[in-house]
Amino acid sequence: MSLIATLARLEAVDTGRAQPLATVRHRHLTEHPLVFVPLTTAGEAGAPLGALVGTDRDAPRLLVVPQPRDRDLRFAFLAELAAVVLPYIDAYGQDVEAAERTETDPGTGKRVKVEVELCADAPQLIVPSRAGIEFVRLLGRSMRFRRTAEQEPEAPHPAPPHVPLLGRWLTHFGERARVPGSALLLALTDVLSRHWATGQSSLEDQHLGALLAWIDPPPLSDSLERGDPHERGDPHRASSGAEAALRAELQRDSRGQLLCPPAGPATDPAFDNKLLAPAIERYDRARTALAAAEDGLQADDRLGELTAAEREIRDLVESRTRPTWDAVWRGLDLLRALPEGTHAADRWTRDRWSFTGHRDRVLAGEPPQPRRDDAVTAANKLATREREQARLEAQEALDDPLVMAGRRLAGEAFAGEVTDVVMAYSESKRPSPRPLVTVRTDDRPHLAERAKVYRSLGGKPQAAEYVEGSYEEDGADTGGMSIVLRIIDKMGRGKEPETGSVPEKGDRVCFTLFEHEQRGGAKLPDPEDTPWTHGGPPGEATDPPADPVTEEDTL
Amino acid sequence: MTTTTAVFDPGAEATRATDAILRDTLHGTHRGVVVDSPPGAGKSTLVVRAALELADAGRPLMVIAQTNAQVDDLVLRLAEKNPELPVGRLHSSDADPYDKALDDLPNVRKSAKAGDLAGLDVVISTAAKWAHVKGVEPWRHAIVDEAYQMRSDALLAVAGLFERALFVGDPGQLDPFAIVGSEQWAGLSYDPSASAVTTLLAHNPELPQHRLPVSWRLPASAAPLVSAAFYPYTPFRSGTDHDARRLAFAVPSDGSGPDRVIDEAAETGWGLLELPARHTPRTDPEAVRALAQVVRRLLDRGGAATSERSPDPTPLTADRIAVGTAHRDQAAAVRSALAELGAGDVTVDTANRLQGREYDVTVVLHPLSGRPDATAFHLETGRLCVLASRHRHACIVISRAGIPDLLDDHPSTEPVQLGVTIKFPDGWEANHAVLSHLSEHRVPWQP
Repeated sequence: MSLIATLARLEAVDTGRAQPLATVRHRHLTEHPLVFVPLTTAGEAGAPLGALVGTDRDAPRLLVVPQPRDRDLRFAFLAELAAVVLPYIDAYGQDVEAAERTETDPGTGKRVKVEVELCADAPQLIVPSRAGIEFVRLLGRSMRFRRTAEQEPEAPHPAPPHVPLLGRWLTHFGERARVPGSALLLALTDVLSRHWATGQSSLEDQHLGALLAWIDPPPLSDSLERGDPHERGDPHRASSGAEAALRAELQRDSRGQLLCPPAGPATDPAFDNKLLAPAIERYDRARTALAAAEDGLQADDRLGELTAAEREIRDLVESRTRPTWDAVWRGLDLLRALPEGTHAADRWTRDRWSFTGHRDRVLAGEPPQPRRDDAVTAANKLATREREQARLEAQEALDDPLVMAGRRLAGEAFAGEVTDVVMAYSESKRPSPRPLVTVRTDDRPHLAERAKVYRSLGGKPQAAEYVEGSYEEDGADTGGMSIVLRIIDKMGRGKEPETGSVPEKGDRVCFTLFEHEQRGGAKLPDPEDTPWTHGGPPGEATDPPADPVTEEDTL
Repeated sequence: MTTTTAVFDPGAEATRATDAILRDTLHGTHRGVVVDSPPGAGKSTLVVRAALELADAGRPLMVIAQTNAQVDDLVLRLAEKNPELPVGRLHSSDADPYDKALDDLPNVRKSAKAGDLAGLDVVISTAAKWAHVKGVEPWRHAIVDEAYQMRSDALLAVAGLFERALFVGDPGQLDPFAIVGSEQWAGLSYDPSASAVTTLLAHNPELPQHRLPVSWRLPASAAPLVSAAFYPYTPFRSGTDHDARRLAFAVPSDGSGPDRVIDEAAETGWGLLELPARHTPRTDPEAVRALAQVVRRLLDRGGAATSERSPDPTPLTADRIAVGTAHRDQAAAVRSALAELGAGDVTVDTANRLQGREYDVTVVLHPLSGRPDATAFHLETGRLCVLASRHRHACIVISRAGIPDLLDDHPSTEPVQLGVTIKFPDGWEANHAVLSHLSEHRVPWQP
């Protein structure tokens, strides 16, 4: 944790309120995100219990699996989910604009510009917490190798149509979420804790209810309504974040149920044991009874019981997901109140490229993402993510003075006033301007000899070289520091620097020790040229086999 | 043990190992040869010798190192051994891409384009630069230096450039790292964030593996500890005996903590200056000041180092002392503390940057000093190993008391990944081993 984040947390503890870590919003939020609040069944990985999903905060779609171990019911749930998610995704796939991309011409090997489609906007999935992202990945993995009856008419237990496709999309969202700064799939707790520091640990910040309580505590009257007899006093006074967070984490009603259910996908054991298990048991009994019905009249009655039992489970699932659903939208409101950072739009464009790319792969009939990356794909992904991480860190600092303050405090940047500019020239046949600029700063940058520093000039980085630095008279610990820099680029081609390209005396400037833009890495070999050190070529790409049906699949 | 000590001839052992390595490299049938080298075991000497012999045998050779400093160092060493050898230094197109000293070497050609260096006996560059070289005839042979610090994906980018290779490195030093999570690929044989050697051996387990058995840098006081703590299954010896190295000071001790720990370290090779237990910020001002004072006294007391290299003592000057820390801000804090004491020309760097360097005396800020917790970063075996194995004479560690308790409170809790070979010893174990040895050389001090 950086020093400034530690300070913000201390302040949060002190004031009882979350403290801002950012002055702008560093992630793009679309007009119509798709919010997905899933619940999973305890004891079985990847067995969904239900979900709230949709783009309208007032009308979420409730999907429930009344008996989570029943594979047919699970497939029915996934088919319903596909029926909500896929049309949402498809709508974005159809609205395109023309764009250019540089590609290597297979014939000549030259880099050429090609006209391609770029989706004008992209879908955005919001889940409550990081565990939700893992669940999206898990769902994607469990679905993308399934086969539908159309693909394999002979195979038992075919998946409903669209389920494998949903798996491929969820896999893509899950994989994209690993790219730093991407926003196709966001965990709300991650985004909120990027923008606010609470007085609790980052592990506790994973609890959406507690996190929101720190950022935007409910008024006390609210907690009174929720039946806390200990809270008395002015009902309009906002409670302290710490108290509200504790209530969100621990407060239970008379039946022993949490007032603020966990954001999932895992559920509270007290809910599982006291409410859910008996309800599922009633459902199972009703189903067995219906199957054993001897005549139509009896069947009608028993169907009524079954429907009632199912209704009960639906209500239970809704009661645990709805508070989270509302909390997600409240969190989005808080985030929307911040203006979007300048570079967040650039990063969103990359997300659009990523979305368009996967749309094209699906349209081209390519097979689903493989179970494991090959050596070249893995290395390429790692390189991309490292580049995006560095880019994100630089862009957030450039977009946001508060983030830049953190970098300055860490000695990675410095801001100050220009106190002197001396014109100088390079020693070459055609001397170019190399002006010496003195900056007075109170920061303490870790400048090495001849270190390069950068400032943003009209959105482009201008580089300078560290020449020398000297502390002011009153000692190294307290006084300011004068730093002499030699500007080395972005001054035009002439002998005299272009107007505005060199800082003037009295200007406020901010230089960073980190680069603003990232160089592309070296191109790796094609997968079919994987060298002997890495096991050689992975072999013919074949259609990956479907996941085999195991005993557990047909319990 | 006394009998083995009597017959152990470090020079002969080292020669035998080197001969076997060169035999496999020059005449072996395998595409790769791996050499594990403990700290100061003559890795660079081996690389230079192998390069000269491969060049002699008429095999075009590329050398892949990890940093520009390492590349320049190798070029200088090669030119020193054989000034006639045509060497190419492939460099980046940045400003000042290589050491200016290379300009004085007539047979070293420098270029940013691999094509300009075609046909030279040896071409040397960094892995990052090699990765951009495309469309050339593959080299018959390559030497990969510091292969344990090279990431698997970096090897992937350059492995197409050579047919066979000699991989040399120190498995005990810091593993390469990624700035983003890479758990997704943990357990895959080609995990891009793993070290190049891990991937190489996972795919080619039949490759011959050698190791250099003698550390010429570490004194007899340090080799047993470093070997036992960091290389428990591949032990090594020091090349010199206890009486071969001596560190003496002209100015006697003034009885202060720094002077007492200096004397302890001069006598035994190790010193632990222990400050009272306390949780502190990373740049613990008291520890930093104590460290700076130790360095200042090392310089002031007219130290002289006697070693097997020369019969006369060499003065212990600023360039023979280094300070090692875990974090960059700690290094910056130490630098400014040293500057205030007029000792600004002593090298201060993090473990990552001190890898492969050698000094007479090192002063180390313990990675766990003053911490409330022991994270994987601070426990990393390689970090402590680098810090504890840079010295020829003595190593002085500055630390807050209470680290054994801290270790006991924080057992390793990293998740176990399927398919990943667990590295032994783990940082927890190695830290305990080093601390228990250091406690015998402890000088408690209240600054």
